[in-house]
Amino acid sequence: MTHDKTHVGKVIDQATGTAKVGHEWDGIEELDTPLPRWWLWTFYATIAFALVYVVLYPAIPMFHSASTGTLGWTSRGALAGDLDHEKAEHQAVRNAIAATPIEALAANPALQRAAIEGGHAAFKVNCVQCHGSGAAGAKGYPNLNDDDWLWGGDLSAIQQTLVNGIRYPGNDATRASQMPSFGRDGILTAPQVQDVVRFVRVISKQEPAGAASARGAVLFANNCAVCHGAGGEGNRSVGAPKLTDRIWLYGGDRAALTETVTYAHGGVMPAWGGRLDPVTIKMLAVYVHSLGGGEAAPAAPASGAAQ
Amino acid sequence: MDSVLPRSGLWLGALFFTVIATALAVDTGFAVHMMICGVAALIGLVVTVRGWDPVAAIRPVDSGRYDDDLIRLGVIATVFWGMAGFLAGVYIALEMAFPQFNLGLQWINFGRLRPLHTSAVIFAFGGNALIATSFYVVQRTCRTRLALPGLAKFVFWGYQLFIVLAATGYLMGITQGKEYAEPEWYVDLWLTVVWVAYLAVFVATLLKRSEPHIYVANWFYLAFIITVAMLHLVNNINVPVSFFGSHSYPLFGGVQGALVQWWYGHNAVGFFLTAGFLAMMYYFVPKQAERPVYSYRLSIIHFWALIFLYIWAGPHHLHYTALPDWAQTLGMVFSVMLWMPSWGGMINGLMTLNGAWDKIRTDPILRMMVLALAFYGMSTFEGPMMSIKSVNSLSHYTDWTIGHVHSGALGWNGMITFSCLYYMTPRLWGRTRLYSLRMVNWHFWLATLGIVFYTAAMWVAGITQGLMWREYGADGYLVNSFADTVAALHPMYALRVLGGLLYLSGATVMTINITRTILGHLRPETPLHSAAFDPARDVPLTPAIYA
Repeated sequence: MTHDKTHVGKVIDQATGTAKVGHEWDGIEELDTPLPRWWLWTFYATIAFALVYVVLYPAIPMFHSASTGTLGWTSRGALAGDLDHEKAEHQAVRNAIAATPIEALAANPALQRAAIEGGHAAFKVNCVQCHGSGAAGAKGYPNLNDDDWLWGGDLSAIQQTLVNGIRYPGNDATRASQMPSFGRDGILTAPQVQDVVRFVRVISKQEPAGAASARGAVLFANNCAVCHGAGGEGNRSVGAPKLTDRIWLYGGDRAALTETVTYAHGGVMPAWGGRLDPVTIKMLAVYVHSLGGGEAAPAAPASGAAQ
Repeated sequence: MDSVLPRSGLWLGALFFTVIATALAVDTGFAVHMMICGVAALIGLVVTVRGWDPVAAIRPVDSGRYDDDLIRLGVIATVFWGMAGFLAGVYIALEMAFPQFNLGLQWINFGRLRPLHTSAVIFAFGGNALIATSFYVVQRTCRTRLALPGLAKFVFWGYQLFIVLAATGYLMGITQGKEYAEPEWYVDLWLTVVWVAYLAVFVATLLKRSEPHIYVANWFYLAFIITVAMLHLVNNINVPVSFFGSHSYPLFGGVQGALVQWWYGHNAVGFFLTAGFLAMMYYFVPKQAERPVYSYRLSIIHFWALIFLYIWAGPHHLHYTALPDWAQTLGMVFSVMLWMPSWGGMINGLMTLNGAWDKIRTDPILRMMVLALAFYGMSTFEGPMMSIKSVNSLSHYTDWTIGHVHSGALGWNGMITFSCLYYMTPRLWGRTRLYSLRMVNWHFWLATLGIVFYTAAMWVAGITQGLMWREYGADGYLVNSFADTVAALHPMYALRVLGGLLYLSGATVMTINITRTILGHLRPETPLHSAAFDPARDVPLTPAIYA
């Protein structure tokens, strides 16, 4: 028996041969085309997919928790699994690094390379924000590629800086020192500050000596030499920068030096000891040491920079 | 008409209120906003007292027999805000590629201009297009004039005030910090009043219709208006710190706040940018193609499926976050199920061209509509795909999302809006045709090329970003720092500026074309095809037989 879907009197659209529904709005009519089969079956398929997925994974909320899904999958579990897997992959190397004294790593090139890679990865996450992705530093943040170290550039000195930080509040072992604000606190008058600035620019070979720098030399000897050394050669035990080279943490022009002598600076670096595990810190120290300016341990000064 | 006196009293009362609120304001931003409201009230007062008709200048001599004043204003507002939004978009794209363009000024830094751009294009450009076309379509498919014409005026002008308050707020740093819901509590309250008025005008017009049935476009408009009202109310439940200050705290905190925000955010896309614009499509595509809608049954099924499924899909914005796993699962599966209901609109639009496919060669407006539908189909496939968790783990937080959004926004929302503006303008101003159909063709190609540059650049940028973030080296450590990925994206960011410039230049061509059409100019040119228009049929049925 045939079932005639079109009602008597229905108008057929000439171009498509499909019946029109019969309504009309402002000249717009509608065809009575059935749902496209491929559309309908794809829609059913997505619903079937959804139903299966809802059974397999956590989905249905209830009073205190939700259905757990037959696969037992959780996002926290998946993350923990991934982390455990990565950890297991690295465990042998990490154990070996942990067991080797930091100075002895150089004797094992494969292990040293692994430590440098691990340190590089940790550096990208934790250190680039201040020291830059190339470790070249910025104003107030030291360049780690050169051999001009504020607090020491051998492996154990770098490790010490990493663990306890610099001027980091709450850490008793942090590296600490405080330059006086000579101008602000009235230790030196404004003209005296200028004289000191002139002298510093003379010893850093930026300008010729003159009357002002001669006056500054006396002021320097009385006020600055105790930390920066008689010739401005610096002192790593108090993190006092060397003033005779062209490397400046806050700038070496007159304006920058005037600001430094007037207000002083005291940059802060976090103590990473409480945040990163000892192996990661050791790897970071080895990485920073490898960048180009790493120094040998003080006990063996003749061997030169360790690379 | 009601007398001038009570209306002037209302304006005067509003003016007094804003003066007091300005005086009591606890922060500068709020004071500036109350002054803007005061200026608006003053303009209202002067217009009322002097008996001015502010739209007389743009009303054609042979005024249509429908309530078209607001629609004419809406066309102009859509073009204006569109240009503002596109310009802001190009500028922030420049800021992303070359941060020097921030100029060190807080008012125009990326963080403040970005919501200005998104709100300008979605709410100012898109919103005005939706209000204007909904008033156009509901009158013509119901064959009746707007119910509550006074309230309709309030809707239009009230909505413009909302836009001005939102935009100036962003520049002054006033924000709730909720994406697409940045305006603060008092602006939210104002929008609520405007939106309820909009609903009242629309429903009342449907109720006094002269047609027995409600046309499908009006279902979509109604769904859009009702759902946006609901979303707006729930996502903006905030407690103001002071009734005379521009700061508030949300009721929902933590992950609940995040879920409410993305329930709102996703459905702003679903009901504002999808349902509302599908309504435009359902009227203007059959009119321009001069063909019947492909399938009545498909329109029913895909409408209800879309409405039902969309509202649950929001959690896919919070994959791999603190949101409980079950909510992430549901967000994903509802998004996947949304694929076919979304495509129902594309099929119904494209297949309406059955019997008129040849017109794509000769009718640039219809070609624009087809392109819009193609981009609609593409982004509604891409969306469900990106909601799948394993895809999302690559795409989330990357520029792929930006590319996805813009293929929908520039391709679907932009192109369908432009084609509707091209359709309405000559009819609203009683012109025989547009100033130039060949300029529509230029607009089409400039915009298409712009979208291709923009979305291709963002897809490449997003996938590059996602792959670099998760790249492990042979030693088992992450290879790239975040700054490395930023550096790698720079060429793509520069290409995006080029795409945006092309799109903006297309819109500039449209602005010239529409302005000259309004002015009554006709460019002498070899004719192209466009849909016929019979002004004699463009009238309400009177008396209203089914009202």
